Amino acid sequence: MVVTKSIPDFSLSPHIDQVGVEERAKRFTTRSIKNETKINGLKLALNMIDLTTLEGKDTDGKVKQLCYKAQHLHDSYPGLPTVAAVCVYPSMVKIAKKALGDSGVKVASVSTAFPSGQAPRDVKIRDTKFAVSEGADEIDMVISRGKFHMGEYNFVYDEIAAVKEACGDARLKVILETGELVTYDKVRRASDIAMYAGADFIKTSTGKISPAATMPVTLVMLEAIRDFYYKTGKKIAMKPAGGISKAKLALHYLVMLNEVLGEEWMNNEWFRFGASSLANDILMQLMKQKTGVYQSADYFSVD
Amino acid sequence: MAKATKNNTIKLKFDSARNLAPAPESKSAAKINERYELFIDGKFQKPLSKKYFATINPATEEKLSEVADANTADVNKAVEAARNAYDKYWKKTSPKERAKYIYRIARMVQERARELAIIETLDGGKPIRESRDFDVPTAANHFFYYAGWADKLEYAFPNRNAEPLGVAGQIIPWNFPLLMAAWKIAPALATGNTVVLKPAEGTPLTALKLAEIIQEADLPPGVVNIITGAGETGAAIVNHPDINKIAFTGSTNVGKIIQKAIAGTNKKATLELGGKAANIIFDDAPLDQAVEGVINGIYFNQGHVCCAGSRLFVQESVAKIVIQKLKDRMESLIVGDPMDKNTDIGAINSKEQLNIIHNYLAIGQKEGAAMYQSSCAIPKKGFFCRPTIFTDVAQSSRIAQEEIFGPVLTIQTFRTEDEVLEKANNTPFGLSAGVWTDKGSKIFNMTTKLRAGVVWANTYNKFDPTSPFGGYKESGFGREGGLHGLAAYINLV
Repeated sequence: MVVTKSIPDFSLSPHIDQVGVEERAKRFTTRSIKNETKINGLKLALNMIDLTTLEGKDTDGKVKQLCYKAQHLHDSYPGLPTVAAVCVYPSMVKIAKKALGDSGVKVASVSTAFPSGQAPRDVKIRDTKFAVSEGADEIDMVISRGKFHMGEYNFVYDEIAAVKEACGDARLKVILETGELVTYDKVRRASDIAMYAGADFIKTSTGKISPAATMPVTLVMLEAIRDFYYKTGKKIAMKPAGGISKAKLALHYLVMLNEVLGEEWMNNEWFRFGASSLANDILMQLMKQKTGVYQSADYFSVD
Repeated sequence: MAKATKNNTIKLKFDSARNLAPAPESKSAAKINERYELFIDGKFQKPLSKKYFATINPATEEKLSEVADANTADVNKAVEAARNAYDKYWKKTSPKERAKYIYRIARMVQERARELAIIETLDGGKPIRESRDFDVPTAANHFFYYAGWADKLEYAFPNRNAEPLGVAGQIIPWNFPLLMAAWKIAPALATGNTVVLKPAEGTPLTALKLAEIIQEADLPPGVVNIITGAGETGAAIVNHPDINKIAFTGSTNVGKIIQKAIAGTNKKATLELGGKAANIIFDDAPLDQAVEGVINGIYFNQGHVCCAGSRLFVQESVAKIVIQKLKDRMESLIVGDPMDKNTDIGAINSKEQLNIIHNYLAIGQKEGAAMYQSSCAIPKKGFFCRPTIFTDVAQSSRIAQEEIFGPVLTIQTFRTEDEVLEKANNTPFGLSAGVWTDKGSKIFNMTTKLRAGVVWANTYNKFDPTSPFGGYKESGFGREGGLHGLAAYINLV
């Protein structure tokens, strides 16, 4: 469902100056977020979380508990939002879907032989179709980084387009695994490929590779989204994932989002945090804002 | 699915990015006296003129303090103190001891960084983010750097003997009051000169705080004298027969007057004057980073920067997209209370300067250029100007030729390297320039041919004490910073 008719030559994607983009990303962190701006920002960040468990040892019980947490973050603080989605492996989609019921919290499923993506295309398509048939609202796919490094951009593009088709009505998040792409130039190029191939979201990382999301990488991707929007009129959502575990860092990301893409992106339709431990740090900060003191970590449920 | 929308109907919204809860720095962390005297011979002394003038906060138009107005007799007294200190102590102080004093000043500037930053912002209108993260730390670094040279002059100038000049008269501007004082005082002391320094009449407070630091550092009396006053005080310094060296940073007009005044005397001089820098974006540049560099180049310190990148040249094939990106970035700039930690653009330094800027905005529109300003609200009180760009500007437009010294950028397009070189160099100024391209060979070609003292490549407005700074043509002569900065304060024998 690509709006634009012409597909650009991805080898001509804009180049990124490393020093410049890192300097710009650092400047967002000097914004001083206080009082009501802070409280609103923390609540918004909670509402943007894709609460994630992606372990080989995931079980029904683990996923059910996580789904309860997704809807009841901290009941002693009334009026808190839920998270945006719970993110699991395809085999856990059915359990999560049932546990979340009509709460409005979405089920996101990784697919396409996550996290490596080293499988034939038909396996990836079946993986995706299975997750969707089990009830996944969103699919988090990985790109073929090997092919990307080999310069086979058409392969990468076609694969994303095929997975998008397999998604049906589910929204597609395309994971670039920026820690394996290494340079900002390549992050930008992969972002362009993903968006033109039909991604609804572009996402930094699987969380299995270090470094995962960083502010400069996210900035490069946000700027790619902005350029794509001006060219095509189509909005793309963003999801940094992995490595964002502190409330303060989440606020820096929101400042960056607000200054690059503006307020239309400041909701969970257009921005997500892929994180597992971020929620509790935000809850701790919200309680501090409310009561004036920090509470022990033991007051916040660990799931 | 969204229909393809025409580009000109798409608009990003940045209102909430600009409307953050206030995050003000505390005024109470800085102590400002009700009145400041002249710092002569190690003591704060009442002026012989018996006159004082007020200094105000340009963001609120409230009076902050009043400072002494030095007349010719006061200048004579200060120069006499400096000469006396030079002959009696400073000439005879060992280089290692000189270094210790300068290190001590550097450390004390660091220790009182917060207070200095607050006063700099209150007195000059620049955002606290800049005075805290740039002005004060860079000033401290300058003292540290020249402290290191004080006992190594024989290595700086091998096989030569570096002798001090004597008494240096130093006159500094209102745009970087503390930093300019550091630029002037540090190399003068390191090379064994004594100093009479006059800060600008609109922004004297941090220089007077520095005088307190110098007094506390126990520098021998008279080695540094700091006196306040306006143009007449400056003229008395320039014309004083017992001064050996004039160091001036300020406008080209005053620079010309100084050069006339000292013609035929033995006074040495360094002049750092105006600028109208070209910032050049080629079509292969990393555009988002280039746009950020343009923003830093022109809106840093409200554009009150002699090396501001005030003329943007964009290769025509990317002009549309660069202007679009610039406009979006301008929308997210926060203009307002300089004491708020989130403010990007603070107050214009004075009412006079605001009038000059407004006059140029009118000239630009009359010349037929298209003016665009950020849609942000600006405070009703105080002197503020929205970030501004002019497109459709010609090389012959006055706004592209004359230094505006405000947050005003002119944008011209070009086709080839030769064309942009010719246009960039086609100015009476030559202080700085910027080049943005992904191609290394193009950088070297441009930087060797641009007639400017400093050329930045893929960055802008970067300063370091080790790097010399100064101009070509009407931007002045002599270099400050680095090894070159020492040479301006010595005779080689």
